[in-house]
Amino acid sequence: MVIPLQKPPRKNPQVRTRVPTLPSHHRSRSALFMAAAAAEGRFMLQVCAEPECLAVQYPARDACSSCLSDRLIWQDVSSRGKLIATSTVRTSTNIYFRERTPWRLGTVHLEIGPSVMCHLHSEVTVGDEVQLINRLDKSGQSVLLALPMEKAPLQEDDMQLRELTCDPKFRRILITDARNPNAYALAKSLLEAGASAVFIGEAESWRPYPDRSKLESLQGVELVSLDVTDTSSVQELAGEFGGKVDILINNARFVRPGGIQGRGDVGFAMDEMQVNYFGMMRLAQAFAPAMAGRSADGVNSAVAWVNVLSAYSLVSNPGFGSFSASSAAAHSLSQCLRAEMASSGVRVVNVYCGPTEDEGHQPLPPPKVPASTLARELVKALQAGLEDVYVGDIAKDIRRKFMESPKVLEKEMTSLEAL
Amino acid sequence: MIKPRKRMGYDGVVVAAPASTPYERYSTETAHWWIAKALRQSIQAAGLTPHDIDGFSVASFSLFPDTAVGLTQHLGLVPRWLDHIPQGGASGPSALRRAARAVQCGDASVVACVAGDTNHVDSFRRMLSSFSRFAQDASYPYGAGGPNACFALLTDYYMREFGVGREDFGRICVSQRDNALRNENAVMKKPLSMDAYLAGREISDPITLFDCVMPVAGAEAFLVMREEDAVAAGIPHAHISATIERHNAFAEDPIQMRGGWEMDIDELYGMAGHGPERVDLLQTYDDYPVIVMMQLEDLGFCAKGEAARFIADKDLTVSGDFPHNTSGGQLSAGQAGAAGGFIGLVEAIRQVTGTAGATQVENAKRALVSGFGVINYDRGVCTSAALLEGVN
Repeated sequence: MVIPLQKPPRKNPQVRTRVPTLPSHHRSRSALFMAAAAAEGRFMLQVCAEPECLAVQYPARDACSSCLSDRLIWQDVSSRGKLIATSTVRTSTNIYFRERTPWRLGTVHLEIGPSVMCHLHSEVTVGDEVQLINRLDKSGQSVLLALPMEKAPLQEDDMQLRELTCDPKFRRILITDARNPNAYALAKSLLEAGASAVFIGEAESWRPYPDRSKLESLQGVELVSLDVTDTSSVQELAGEFGGKVDILINNARFVRPGGIQGRGDVGFAMDEMQVNYFGMMRLAQAFAPAMAGRSADGVNSAVAWVNVLSAYSLVSNPGFGSFSASSAAAHSLSQCLRAEMASSGVRVVNVYCGPTEDEGHQPLPPPKVPASTLARELVKALQAGLEDVYVGDIAKDIRRKFMESPKVLEKEMTSLEAL
Repeated sequence: MIKPRKRMGYDGVVVAAPASTPYERYSTETAHWWIAKALRQSIQAAGLTPHDIDGFSVASFSLFPDTAVGLTQHLGLVPRWLDHIPQGGASGPSALRRAARAVQCGDASVVACVAGDTNHVDSFRRMLSSFSRFAQDASYPYGAGGPNACFALLTDYYMREFGVGREDFGRICVSQRDNALRNENAVMKKPLSMDAYLAGREISDPITLFDCVMPVAGAEAFLVMREEDAVAAGIPHAHISATIERHNAFAEDPIQMRGGWEMDIDELYGMAGHGPERVDLLQTYDDYPVIVMMQLEDLGFCAKGEAARFIADKDLTVSGDFPHNTSGGQLSAGQAGAAGGFIGLVEAIRQVTGTAGATQVENAKRALVSGFGVINYDRGVCTSAALLEGVN
């Protein structure tokens, strides 16, 4: 039975905040492929590519345990199996688990062959048919958890599952840019997902913008003063709100069409870098330390930092070449932030979005991503506990091609026809 | 398909000079220190000097960054035959059978086999987190319960599959404690009742405190030599009737319910020329009672799933009708790392040579020793066994 989460009371400032601890992050290099799959929520195992063999492997290997071939291919495979044994750890040598005992684990015999050790959702019991999910734990490494075949009521409240997700339920969110046309859809989706408060940063509040009254009408939204291009504005808000941001969603972006030679100067390029790159850095310098210190702080612990990036951070779209460059810089910085946040367990989530349905992408043909789609996918990713999310058909297309060959993708994007 | 041929016996080779250090819960000494202590005791018992040792076999987890090689220089040994056995709980019989062939073929005259480990405060946690690649990748991240959690899963399955209860496991633990009270080297000094066993603190369900071994520091050693040399030296010795060894058996089983012994059992008794009914005492590897039950089944004392009923009808103590783990085993004497793979063998040598002192089983002539080692991922990978027969 899932024990329903209780909305946490107001924090007592005199009580010591629990220091973050982590499960073991040590993995072989082969096992990192499972982490890469977990980042997108995929269940992948190695399958031997020798046609007469096809043996499924687990744990990750460097050679086939059936025929010794080194042709082991990571494939999406069935995650169904039977839970054949369970245990509840009451005493652990690792501090993270020691603080969270009793902790359940089990052995699942997968229908595709191997048996795996895994975490257990509280709704599964020995003998059950279960489905495994592959997710990142607080150490940023892949772990498996057995879920019931049918979604249980309040399934997301399960303690062991919630340790793997970044569910907005009962958490407080900061969205950094109220002027971005996606702000309303994001705030609405987060509140519908059970967020207890949504703060939305607003730069130059004297300057009107169309969605302001809609934002104000949402119960649970608070507009706060924030300009990501202004260091003191960022620091001021962090001083006031830094200790109650559980999820930060950086949706601030500056986008204009154009590459290098079509622009006469670097004016727009500097604006793009100011918002898209330096903006993220200012926010991280001001907010990340406080979030890192609160990552084990109970039901509303700090849990995720979300960057809404362009899919063109992975490869230049020359029509938006300068913007692509600033996105690539932001993407690279997000990887640095991910490394710096690793010791806290706060997840840095990158949302790679295709061209959005807004003024900035007006000259582009469809398909474009409506704000509501972005919001829905982003919230789903937090609930599912993903690290990399590709939103929209163009982003998914770029992802597929990028994974296949970054160079071929570059050739395609920068050919004579591309412009 | 290559067929195995009939194995040669171990004619002309004997095992002798069993040595055990007292065990300590925590030690500030190193594995080198513990190994030297047991080695010296064994060599002295044989009336030899370190210069007589021309073969050296080592099992240890905590020698890092050294191996058997570093130990030769550290201890001033000049062996012409050297072995390092990374088989944990299976290392005793495995070391024995390698050493026996070396002596039999003349590659060495006297092989000193030694296993030992130290136990520093926190060294157990450190060892668990980097025990093996599969453990690191696929078992330690799940609650970090270590072998307790892995064996809890096997125990859970075994109990439901064969209708076994906690009292059944308790019989093994309680009788071994009774044996340990006769062994002055054992770390457990107080009697254990069935009620106390059943009331043991929960560790990893269904495993409770008295199902688990206590990690300690200590070492065990013995010598393998030519029979003529042992006779000339006038030291008690035993023959090696048969040995087996197997790794990664039954990998296709979804969860471990049997060990590699099952594959090799016919060969073991065939080589010895007798079956389990002629065994006077049994030393199993006992890091958890469930694995003792699997050994009773796989070594042919009873059918699969029958071990609980088998022991219910037996008295497993030193003076009982089925003497088992007569020194108290690891469950009551302590688990000194890789020396846990030697404790049963060293005690068996004492038993069949009539030198076991307070734990001596009356008329003990034949002993079966079994090893089980290395929870590489979800199950023990190494199994071994040896049958010893005392010389008068």
